[in-house]
Amino acid sequence: MSTVDQIQNLTDKEYKWGFVTSVDEDRLPKGLSEDVVRVISAKKNEPEFMLEWRLKAYRYWVTLEKEQAEPKWANVKYPAINYQDMVYYSAPKKKPTLQSLDEVDPEVLRTYEKLGIPLLEQQRLAGVAVDAVFDSVSVATTFKEKLSELGIIFCSFSEAVLNHPDLVKKYLGSVVPYTDNFFAALNAAVFSDGSFVYVPKGVRCPMELSTYFRINAAETGQFERTLIVAEEGAYVSYLEGCTAPIRDENQLHAAVVELVALDDATIKYSTVQNWYPGDKDGKGGIYNFVTKRGKCLGKNSKISWTQVETGSAITWKYPSCILQGDNSVGEFYSVALTNNRQQADTGTKMIHIGKNTKSTIVAKGISAGYGQNTYRGMVKILKGAAGARNYTQCDSLLIGDKCGAHTFPYIEVKNASARMEHEASTSKIGEDQIFYLQQRGITKEEAVSMIINGFCKTVFRELPMEFAVEAQKLLSISLEGSVG
Amino acid sequence: MSLLEIKDLHVKVENNEILKGIDLTVNAGEVHSIMGPNGSGKSTLAQVLARRESYNITKGEVLFNGKDLLAMKPEEAACEGLFLAFQYPVEIPGISNAYFLRAAVNAVRKHRGEEELDAIDFLPLLKEKMRLLEMDERFLNRPVNEGFSGGEKKRNEIVQMAILEPKLAVLDETDSGLDIDALKIVSQGVNAMRNKNRAFVLVTHYQRLLNYIVPDYVHVLVNGRIVKSGGPELALELEDKGYAWTEAEPVGARR
Repeated sequence: MSTVDQIQNLTDKEYKWGFVTSVDEDRLPKGLSEDVVRVISAKKNEPEFMLEWRLKAYRYWVTLEKEQAEPKWANVKYPAINYQDMVYYSAPKKKPTLQSLDEVDPEVLRTYEKLGIPLLEQQRLAGVAVDAVFDSVSVATTFKEKLSELGIIFCSFSEAVLNHPDLVKKYLGSVVPYTDNFFAALNAAVFSDGSFVYVPKGVRCPMELSTYFRINAAETGQFERTLIVAEEGAYVSYLEGCTAPIRDENQLHAAVVELVALDDATIKYSTVQNWYPGDKDGKGGIYNFVTKRGKCLGKNSKISWTQVETGSAITWKYPSCILQGDNSVGEFYSVALTNNRQQADTGTKMIHIGKNTKSTIVAKGISAGYGQNTYRGMVKILKGAAGARNYTQCDSLLIGDKCGAHTFPYIEVKNASARMEHEASTSKIGEDQIFYLQQRGITKEEAVSMIINGFCKTVFRELPMEFAVEAQKLLSISLEGSVG
Repeated sequence: MSLLEIKDLHVKVENNEILKGIDLTVNAGEVHSIMGPNGSGKSTLAQVLARRESYNITKGEVLFNGKDLLAMKPEEAACEGLFLAFQYPVEIPGISNAYFLRAAVNAVRKHRGEEELDAIDFLPLLKEKMRLLEMDERFLNRPVNEGFSGGEKKRNEIVQMAILEPKLAVLDETDSGLDIDALKIVSQGVNAMRNKNRAFVLVTHYQRLLNYIVPDYVHVLVNGRIVKSGGPELALELEDKGYAWTEAEPVGARR
């Protein structure tokens, strides 16, 4: 049987995180209205400014909805979403505030353990501080005290609104305003939680900060919001992981992430996205419509995005950098895999404003099955960005002959001193490569996974060690059965 | 028992019969050379032995160590001790030579029920083999065959053979694209591995290689059939008279 035939056997992939946890939920009825926005805000005891902001966002979103301004330009296809047919708030029923992990519903903790994130244990092991978001609310944050000794704030967004309102007020919407786009407006109106990180001047965060997002409830949208601020000379590395149960209906995940880096600050943001991708026929799966953007506000600041996107039925996501400070650096390293009927339209925007700003884009797309993978990127060099530099590399790897890879790079240069490099390649995973490895005793599955890992190496290199290992495993699992 | 027994092997690619009844017996310790003009089926034979899937075997039988080779997957044949030095070694971007070779060695060791080697045990072993083939250590960390010159790729094949220690090594036109110095190094590598338990099948166009690796038997493959077999002197005769001579006068050992 030829490789092409075997590739067509592309079916027995299983999603291993698809279980449902039975916890009592506190959920609102389906539908979205001003009242729903008010209830969400009230449930969180939010100060007036938050409610005001949410309402403004909601009203703006309503105008967009009327104009049917949901973005349609992406290279993805899905039936119209009925925004009144979903739940906008769901939380594990618990005491209103959790003082420690002991108070978290044991079922929820068990869920995280199944996912390989034993929070209780993580508390003891030095290394990664975890914030866990279950459906819409943050259930546990570890290492909080240790971090606060350094002046680092790492907490759920709700807590930040209550305990650090000035910081939230100052930076919320400063990178992604609610008017940015349809999904950003929706998120601003109804977001229920997320993570907040603040690293003070001159502090290097001694551990990786990590948030684990889990959608559990049915028919629920997850709208979380993350805000990370690194003051002058600060450094922080942040990781994000996500999974969801197997459900037949599609679920919407519309998150917003805002990063702000001041002078000489560095923020490294890594994502391993593994939302439920739907079954092999494209039934179910998460619509992952996410707005992520970082602002290099200060000179010599740096924001680096690394993403490994293996999940979701549809991914619509462009982690971007606004390079405002002189000499600031933006990076985007991405691996996006689409198998079966998955669709991804992902890439980045690098907006060069400051002098001598530098950006690097390395995007690797892998398509298997009937998967459709699109890289969409924009590099914009504004007039004042003298000496700006960009390097872009887009590589696509095809497995089988029913999938697709598409590349849409946009380049806009307004300053003649800018230097741009763009490299792109598309290749098919070669039968001769597989045979070569097999002839050396390596099985076909291992051979494919080795070739893919080699293809993704420049991106994996950017991930923190443990994450890189997880990402490699995830790719192999996501491609299980796609070859031979 | 012979190490390799090919009996009446017929192979088709699409609708063309490429091999039209090959018989060949190779015993442990022997070196056989298969010579023939372009398109005679030499490389097909090498690839079929290594179990490449795109060939349609219509008739015949191949026993390797007494086992049915044609029932094996490529990786099984490799683990059983069959090695193919590729005519065109393939590039694997992003995977270092050292990592790849350790994965290969460990796959074979696992198959034999031996313990897998970690990087610390493996590296000195690999470095030793590389020295033997005068390959710079910087090749360890370079991606498999990527950016290698033709000669470096061929030497890398022999490094792999040296470290995998196969029972039967099939060298598919390893001499093509080699300059005389590289040819000597490769030949030394092969000769150093000759022993009573190991056999070689050298597939080649030219007699040149056989000056350095002296075979026990030479077979002439023309149009899918072995038309002549003999000792090393047959290669010299071929060099002299050309392949047309064998076609015009098909009086071989296997008529």
